[in-house]
Amino acid sequence: MSNQNQTEKRAIDLVNASLKKRYAKERRFRHVGQAAVIMGLLFVSFLFISIIGNGYTAFEHTFVRLNIEFSEQEIDPEGKRDPQALSTANYAGLVKAAMRAEFPDVKARKDKRALYKLISSGASLALREMVLANPEIIGTKKEVWLVADDDIDMLIKGHIDRNVPESDRRVSDKVIGWVEQFESKGAVEKQFNTTFFTNGDSREPELAGIGGAVMGSLYMLLVTLALSFPIGVAAAVYLEEFAPQNRWTDLIEVNINNLAAVPSIVFGLLGLAMFINFFGLPRSAPLVGGLVLTLMTLPTIIIASRAALKSVPPSIREAALGIGASKMQMVFNHVLPLAMPGMLTGTIIGMAQALGESAPLLMIGMVAFIVDIPGGPFDPATVLPVQVYLWADSPERAFVERTSAAIMVLLGFLFIMNFLAIILRRRFERRW
Amino acid sequence: MDTATAVDEMGGDMSQTVATEGAFDHEKASQAFVGKVGEIAVDNPRMTARKVNVYYGEKHAIQDVNLDIGKNEVISMIGPSGCGKSTFLRCLNRMNDTIDICRVAGEIKLDGQDVYDKKLDVVPLRAQVGMVFQKPNPFPKSIYDNIAYGPKIHGLVSNKADLDEVVESSLRRAGLWSEVKDYLDQPGTGLSGGQQQRLCIARTIAVSPEVILMDEPCSALDPIATAKIEELIDELRENYTIAIVTHSMQQAARVSQRTAYFHLGKLIEVGNTDDIFTNPSHKLTEDYITGRFG
Ligand SMILES: Nc1ncnc2c1ncn2[C@@H]1O[C@H](COP(=O)(O)OP(=O)(O)OP(=O)(O)O)[C@@H](O)[C@H]1O
Ligand SMILES: [Mg+2]
Repeated sequence: MSNQNQTEKRAIDLVNASLKKRYAKERRFRHVGQAAVIMGLLFVSFLFISIIGNGYTAFEHTFVRLNIEFSEQEIDPEGKRDPQALSTANYAGLVKAAMRAEFPDVKARKDKRALYKLISSGASLALREMVLANPEIIGTKKEVWLVADDDIDMLIKGHIDRNVPESDRRVSDKVIGWVEQFESKGAVEKQFNTTFFTNGDSREPELAGIGGAVMGSLYMLLVTLALSFPIGVAAAVYLEEFAPQNRWTDLIEVNINNLAAVPSIVFGLLGLAMFINFFGLPRSAPLVGGLVLTLMTLPTIIIASRAALKSVPPSIREAALGIGASKMQMVFNHVLPLAMPGMLTGTIIGMAQALGESAPLLMIGMVAFIVDIPGGPFDPATVLPVQVYLWADSPERAFVERTSAAIMVLLGFLFIMNFLAIILRRRFERRW
Repeated sequence: MDTATAVDEMGGDMSQTVATEGAFDHEKASQAFVGKVGEIAVDNPRMTARKVNVYYGEKHAIQDVNLDIGKNEVISMIGPSGCGKSTFLRCLNRMNDTIDICRVAGEIKLDGQDVYDKKLDVVPLRAQVGMVFQKPNPFPKSIYDNIAYGPKIHGLVSNKADLDEVVESSLRRAGLWSEVKDYLDQPGTGLSGGQQQRLCIARTIAVSPEVILMDEPCSALDPIATAKIEELIDELRENYTIAIVTHSMQQAARVSQRTAYFHLGKLIEVGNTDDIFTNPSHKLTEDYITGRFG
């Protein structure tokens, strides 16, 4: 075509000539896009692989089978089966007795103490629970799977190397010998770690769980949702639909946008000064956490809700007004239902933000070491990200995998919330 | 003979303009006719507009329009695209309030009551002066709910049976009933463009407004549906007042008693439809209706 005379060229020839260049451009752009996506995916998968690789073992824990004698003499010498007496009995003694019976030739005091340490201190609680649930077993002998100490767990999972010199190892050769004796009898087993999901925090890794943090997060999010959704939506509706356009509303708009960019720790300081020091609300409570995070998520929700309201086509408003609907009726019967999916999406994203937030909560004392699972928004509690922070700070090897496992649970919740947001958007997108 | 003088004046003015050779300067021509628009007043007016000026920000969209709309009358408004027909129509039930940058000056009265009175409640006004918009805008709800919404919020019906009846009769009169009677629970937005237009007409008449403003109600309709709507307009005229914007001369001629011709934001000529179409007194009107312009 190029040797053809310029004047004889038809438009279609010019189009064809330009096509090649256009397609090349398009291809280049596609490649750049694909490269960006692949890079992103690589980083994300690296993150996931490292977290999952570190954390998946935490979902299992080592249990040791012991032949426990529920001796009446030890548990209930008076034989009255008084629950009070039963619950205060020395169950740790039962475990010790069983261990002594298992290894009769361990005599030295020091060795005995080391031997008892094979089993977690939480084992006695499990025995107490068994007895309280069923007092009949007193006086019988029974094989029971008991939680092993975290060092034993690490040994079994291979995180403690048996081949390094004894001095470099947390577990002595003697202990390894006992464990191997158990292993040879098939009395060591990895089981699903329910403790991790049901327990609160603990100094003992094998007894530490995210139950408390999950409940804390839940109460906190409930408070946040209950406050920020209605307030955010009401504010957005007023600003978008009813407020006059003047300098004041402009000022408010600027401030809301500013608030969205304020570092979250500042909200924590504000919460500390206002809710705890001024109003005297309890420290470490999910209620206060929820209030602080409400302040933090409100701008997000208001901005998303206003955008959702703005995206409702004006023709729908005109249609409603045109047949004599009042402004109120127009907003609540037509505009709000159409904007709702957008508002909900914004709210869920705000909630996900709140769920992942830790800095402001440190300020209001939610970083305390709390063993009990909170029973309500007024009880002291911690939340998932703060729990991650606490565990990441602990030296024990067993807390490393628990940290990753807690992150996995947190990511799971975030994933569910964001997925919900996407479904909502899909479901209600473009209804006009 | 007015026309002749006007054209002469025009010729005189032309020399001073930068208009290209032989082009007809409509701006100058429309200025030349100010004050000679014909009979703006009627004996028994339903709505009266006096010295109405509308601005969209800086843009002066309507200039000094005076016009009466009589009882039991159909008045059609014609004119080239962008001349302000919709704008004028939307002033009559204050729909322009919804546009932030829009400012309306002048006086518009409905039965002697000033429509732009600060104390006037626009809700009953719009219930009384209904509107069919230029672009069909059904609610994203079911066909049934589209029609039922108006009667419901105004409390026009007391029970479901009455409501069903209103929905059916409105759809029938708009010529849509036979097409949708089995799909009343389907979304109104799923209808075709022309069906949506008729749905919007049905929705407007369902609240029985006394004045109906129709902005190109038949722009997307086939001749049969158009005939049906024109029939409806004829029927409604017995009790109501109708202002209709249309781009179809034939339609204006068929349905209206009076016709108003707008040009570049000005009312150029108004009069009996027959007179306007057979014997327009202005060059601009004549050019427009004979198809030489617009
Ligand atoms: N919302 C608005 N904002 C700004 N300017 C507007 C707006 N609506 C209309 N206008 C302007 O006002 C003038 C009149 O518009 P209008 O819609 O009344 O014309 P029209 O006669 O109805 O035209 P058409 O026959 O194409 O519907 C146009 O020049 C338009 O640009
Ligand atoms: Mg128009």
